Amino acid sequence: MGLYILCSIIFLLGVYAVTAKKNLVKIVIGLSILEYAANLLLILIGYRTNGEAPIITPASQETARFVDPIPQALIVTSIVIGLGVTAMVIALCIRLYEKYGTFDVLVIKRLRG
Amino acid sequence: MKGMSLIVKTITRLITGFIFVYGVSIVLYGHLTPGGGFAGGVILACGLILLVLAFGKETALNIVSEKAASAWDCVAALLFLFIALLGFTGGYFFRNFMNKGKPFHLISAGIPLWCNIAIGIKVGACLFLVFVVLAGFRMRDEG
Amino acid sequence: MNTNTVLPLFIAIPLGTAFLIVLLGRFREQLADLFGLTATALLTVFSLYRLGLLPQVYYMGNWPPPFGINLVSDPLSTLLLIIINGVSLLVCIYSVTYMTGYTDKPKYYSLLMLMIAGMNGVVLTGDMFNMYVFLEIGAISSYALVAFGTEDEELEASFKYLVLGSVASSFILFGIALMYSTTGTLNLADISRTTSERGLNSVMVFATGLFIGGFGLKAAMVPFHAWLPDAHPSAPAPISAMLSGVLIKALGVYALVRLFYNVIGMNSMYSGILMVLGLLSMVVGVILAVGQWDFKRLLAYHSISQMGYVVLGVGIGSPLAIAGALFHLLNHSMFKSLLFLCSGAVEYSTGTRQLKKLGGLWYKMPVTGSTCSVASLSISGVPPFNGFFSKLLIILGAVQAADRFGLWAYVIAAITVLVSFLTLVSFVKVQRYVLFGGLSEKLQKIREVPAAMCLALVVFAILCVGLGVFCPFVLNWLIYPARDVVLDKAGYISLVLVR
Repeated sequence: MGLYILCSIIFLLGVYAVTAKKNLVKIVIGLSILEYAANLLLILIGYRTNGEAPIITPASQETARFVDPIPQALIVTSIVIGLGVTAMVIALCIRLYEKYGTFDVLVIKRLRG
Repeated sequence: MKGMSLIVKTITRLITGFIFVYGVSIVLYGHLTPGGGFAGGVILACGLILLVLAFGKETALNIVSEKAASAWDCVAALLFLFIALLGFTGGYFFRNFMNKGKPFHLISAGIPLWCNIAIGIKVGACLFLVFVVLAGFRMRDEG
Repeated sequence: MNTNTVLPLFIAIPLGTAFLIVLLGRFREQLADLFGLTATALLTVFSLYRLGLLPQVYYMGNWPPPFGINLVSDPLSTLLLIIINGVSLLVCIYSVTYMTGYTDKPKYYSLLMLMIAGMNGVVLTGDMFNMYVFLEIGAISSYALVAFGTEDEELEASFKYLVLGSVASSFILFGIALMYSTTGTLNLADISRTTSERGLNSVMVFATGLFIGGFGLKAAMVPFHAWLPDAHPSAPAPISAMLSGVLIKALGVYALVRLFYNVIGMNSMYSGILMVLGLLSMVVGVILAVGQWDFKRLLAYHSISQMGYVVLGVGIGSPLAIAGALFHLLNHSMFKSLLFLCSGAVEYSTGTRQLKKLGGLWYKMPVTGSTCSVASLSISGVPPFNGFFSKLLIILGAVQAADRFGLWAYVIAAITVLVSFLTLVSFVKVQRYVLFGGLSEKLQKIREVPAAMCLALVVFAILCVGLGVFCPFVLNWLIYPARDVVLDKAGYISLVLVR
């Protein structure tokens, strides 16, 4: 239960940063926080009390106490996706600075209606 | 974009080889230890980015040019797709059709070794290319 | 080689073509056109080949279902595959001449191929996280394509679209994590069996709320629609046609239908939510559209409104309403893509999109003018064209549901008819300002658009008329099998798991 509350708090912090901040770069940081919150939830779900890392070595081959390896594969994929989106949005921010001259969201508002 | 001071350049010359070897080992042993294609590729890209930061963009682009990085990127992705399509020889797409070998050796477990190598090259080239392109922009008040 | 071997090729061909185009496109630009056209033609042929076949499952790497990722092709997937690949073929034909003014055409084709691969993957896959990965592939390519022209407004629109789309994707990932924590599996059929046996607990209901938010934003439902009126006009015209014509359907509406009917199980609460979202989108979309003076922005608001029709039909849930919704999905991709391509042709010839500066284009551009009229009549629901039949089915479905909703069913039907009337008003305005009226001084020298663009426009117009006139055949071959799959949750489970 505490797990869900923790990740929801981090998620809401990310949503706050995306909606309430006026600097483009801070909005990008908020997006990253959102992604981290979802990844954190995904990997903490796979935890077992007194578990071990899910690696099969010649020394230990019993799998009964391993933590769940599926969320670990899922978050590697998810981190790569987050990396792609972050690279894309940073490139957009740089181009926006070249065109509009500022990082302020309230100024970059030519499309309306 | 200029490089950094002499101390940084000397240390970088000493260390960069080790960074590349470390990255390659994480890629190659991906089916036995944690890591694999993506993590090893990021380390390779970080080695190249260290070159850009320490020596300046032009020197690093003499070592690996933008066109070479883009070409390696596409070739590695096509290699990955080719390995997946070769699974049709075993009957299904992406099937593990290679000989599985003895466990815990380097060449074992079939497909994952070659897929890790392809992904490692692709991610390394791709992240380096993204960094070089983004570092090419200049702020308005800087030279 | 049996008939389901073609399923992984729907994802492999566009991916391979995307990287080949970047690799070889720097030598000659015509190679990029050639690869793009060949790949989309092959995909269209494969999707038509799957038309009459039985539902099939493909196990990737021969791993059986709860462990491996499987590709499921049933009539609903086949319907969407035909829409995606057919529209992308015609858009590729159109882009051969339209994109000559933009720099770096090979990258455009590469991004378009990646978007097609992402959409094909979402429609075919039977695994929840795999659907998220392909959703992201399609969405990231579309963020880059919206910003392709790199003018001020396009960058601003792409930034807005990117931020909102990423927040929606994070909601979906959070929902997937919650769903994995209660069911313990990621396979859609396995989750479906678990919810059938155990029912929904509170964590699952919370996860479905997150999914409605996330996929509702991808489908441009009304509280989450704010990105669409900026993103769709700013993209180049063939990309606007792809975004409005297939992306919001494959990533948004298909995912909602598959999740809520086949995986989670529909009950009256979800029906009510989808109906309210659909009604809001219909009404708000068309009211905001009537007052627009920019051609593409008007079309973008109408996209919101027509997607509201589809979600309303899905929400009502009776067999007739779902058939109407799926038929309207097919029709909307035809006439909305045609309208966006016409607006692109108008912009290519005259250089402007503002309705007040255009006029009298019928005389100078006969092909564009007549196909634009066909599309306007289709979207307004005028009889022999295809929009009439699908809207009629949705209205009849609403009236038929009177035994469940009482008087509200007639209110819903009345609102639907009113929205259709307002759509007609809006498109009469478009016709009068763009096609008829006097030709202004500056536009005396314009000519018809090149042959490749005309070919795409004419084929879409023929399809609009054909889908309307041959409506019974289309319903029997394409729509009714898809509707039967949507309503049959147990059939989906037994298709994938009992093997």
